[in-house]
Amino acid sequence: MPSEISGEVRPEASFFKSKGRFHGIPGWIFSTDHKRIGILYLISILLFFFTGVSLGFLMRLELIAPGPTIMKPQTYNALFTLHGVIMIFLFVIPGIPSIFGNFFMPIQIGARDVAFPRINLLSWWIYIVGAALVILSLFTGGGPVDTGWTFYVPYSLRTTVNVPLAVFGVFILGFSSILTGINFVTTIHRLRSPGMNWFRLPLFVWSLYATAWVQILVTPVVGITLLLTLLERLVGVGIFDPAKGGDPILYQHLFWIYSHPAVYIMILPAMGVISEIIPVFARRTIFGYKAIAFSSLAIASVGSLVWGHHMFVSGQSDLASLIFSLLTFLVAVPSAIKVFNWVATLYKGSIEVKPPLLFGLTFIFLFSIGGLTGLFQGALATDVHLHDTYWVVGHFHYIIFGGTGFALFGALHYWFPKMFGKMVQNTIPYLSWGFLFVGFNILYFPMLILGWEGMPRRYYDYLAQFHTLQLTSTIGSWILIAGLILMFGNLFYSLLKGERAGENPWGSATLEWQIPSPPPKENFEKIPVVKKGPYEYERE
Amino acid sequence: MNGNKDDTSSKIGMWLFILSEIILFGGLFILYAVYRFKNPSAFHLAAEELNRPFGTINTLILITSSLTMALSISCVQKGNRRSSLVFLLATLLLGFVFLANKYFEWAGKIHHEIYPDSPRLLERNKGEILFYGLYYSMTGLHGLHVLVGLGVLLFMGILITKRKIDETNFAPLENSGLYWHLVDIIWIFLFPLFYLIP
Repeated sequence: MPSEISGEVRPEASFFKSKGRFHGIPGWIFSTDHKRIGILYLISILLFFFTGVSLGFLMRLELIAPGPTIMKPQTYNALFTLHGVIMIFLFVIPGIPSIFGNFFMPIQIGARDVAFPRINLLSWWIYIVGAALVILSLFTGGGPVDTGWTFYVPYSLRTTVNVPLAVFGVFILGFSSILTGINFVTTIHRLRSPGMNWFRLPLFVWSLYATAWVQILVTPVVGITLLLTLLERLVGVGIFDPAKGGDPILYQHLFWIYSHPAVYIMILPAMGVISEIIPVFARRTIFGYKAIAFSSLAIASVGSLVWGHHMFVSGQSDLASLIFSLLTFLVAVPSAIKVFNWVATLYKGSIEVKPPLLFGLTFIFLFSIGGLTGLFQGALATDVHLHDTYWVVGHFHYIIFGGTGFALFGALHYWFPKMFGKMVQNTIPYLSWGFLFVGFNILYFPMLILGWEGMPRRYYDYLAQFHTLQLTSTIGSWILIAGLILMFGNLFYSLLKGERAGENPWGSATLEWQIPSPPPKENFEKIPVVKKGPYEYERE
Repeated sequence: MNGNKDDTSSKIGMWLFILSEIILFGGLFILYAVYRFKNPSAFHLAAEELNRPFGTINTLILITSSLTMALSISCVQKGNRRSSLVFLLATLLLGFVFLANKYFEWAGKIHHEIYPDSPRLLERNKGEILFYGLYYSMTGLHGLHVLVGLGVLLFMGILITKRKIDETNFAPLENSGLYWHLVDIIWIFLFPLFYLIP
């Protein structure tokens, strides 16, 4: 396009309508427009989310009563593995960065696209290939994997199910994550518009920046771990096989060197979303901008050094456990800094509880429960009791679903008008939020109690004394799913029938709200010159 | 601004990618360190069986190929297309000879029935099994990187012939060079770990 050279582009139709080299579906799946790629991710990631939810629903249904209910034990093992693999590798890890990061980060920094648009498209394709391999592993070889999403050796070396293909699929997904990380770091360094200095970046961008570094630095570790597991299965190199001198504990180390920081890949972008939503609906500049920005970096760096807390009972040395426990307590500090700053931002604000803020506040509440329950496991003595129980399942879901999940719902409601140019119908979200919030707590709070009482995770059957709580939890899952159906139904309805959204329905100060909804193909007619911070409402 | 045309961006991207590659191999180096620490004498015994001259020659070959790679870039920058292609071809050739040597080395070991899971290997000390497990995994993954590098360099050669890479636009060649040096440097660590340390 010749006009690109001059830095000015004619006003164009929205990116939905603009014409590229291809039309129809190829115009989407071969598009290098970061917004279209964001929408591609939105569709594919939500599909896997619904799949994961269905699997979770079936597991809860099986657990409604003691003894066999609707499936065989082996099916149950496959279900919890698949639920974990799909939710973690195909939903939460790519989740917010790939959907909203792709769509909004370039606009928020005043750029026309990411630094490497073609690699951006490639990372979506790699994601699809990896996902396809994981799905294919269900129907080929020895059938669905039953190892749990952690693929722990030596069991994953001995089981007859199709571990190699599933592991290879996850290995491929890692590439997608690394490429997105490289793209984001480079983009944020190179493509900020004039005047957009580091401390004028929206905090969502800061959180993506920290996340992207984690993606680049730790994903290769799980890559090599899975590659070696694959080699072990195919040719028996023996590196993780105790029968040949290998050490399964080393597998756990390498696995968690990635998979613990991966939790921060999941939660940091969610925190970024909350930092965007809260000032807008409190009509106040964010409190402690730099503290929030740097706490993202602190979480990313300290969070990469706590992996050993997954192995307190695995047989690592006591000294290692002590150090990991200390670091685990330390990493709670930057998270708390964020929470306090969000709350301080709300103080004396003129708060308008629109749906995005409602989800944002819920994030703070549920994430706090998740964070505090995490400290119990970080303490060495308590962890011996809590390890591998429902407590862990409850804690994890409070962080990842209550945190990242609700932040993603908040982001959907917040940015929906910008992405699609339509307003979300405004009363149903409150109702669906009610179902989601109530259902969520009925579903997961009993798990904390169950774990405290000693119910181990991943069990197909349980003692009669756990029945009431298990039943309660299953009923919670129904309420939660009703909320999901209501919420996504409403979003879909709004997509078709919603009122037209203006440029800036929420009165936000960040750049993405200063351009038409939905954005034109090149985002900005003229690259903007930034003269103020992202949350300066008063001075307007 | 079009991100595609920004050479600094593409170089930052390449360095980040190299960082992730180093960490990928880093996982293997950690495993090597732990297992060597646990089985010092078995590692020593097994390493005695590797062919030092072969390893030394391969090291020289790769270092030379890094030189020819750098020369090729330098020639393109000076607009000397022909000699740039010659040096690139030399790099390709050296990379190929490295792989051929590696093939014969592996073939020799496999001929003596020393390969992962072979009955002969499984009879031996667990430390030696681990040594060979690591040897095959690490040199194998490295060999794969050499192979990918050769593919990339071949593609760069085509771009130079088609004048898509010249003195005004040479960032892709520079980035390929960075990748090739990475492959070289990894070997420089593999070589002493497997062939030299007593």
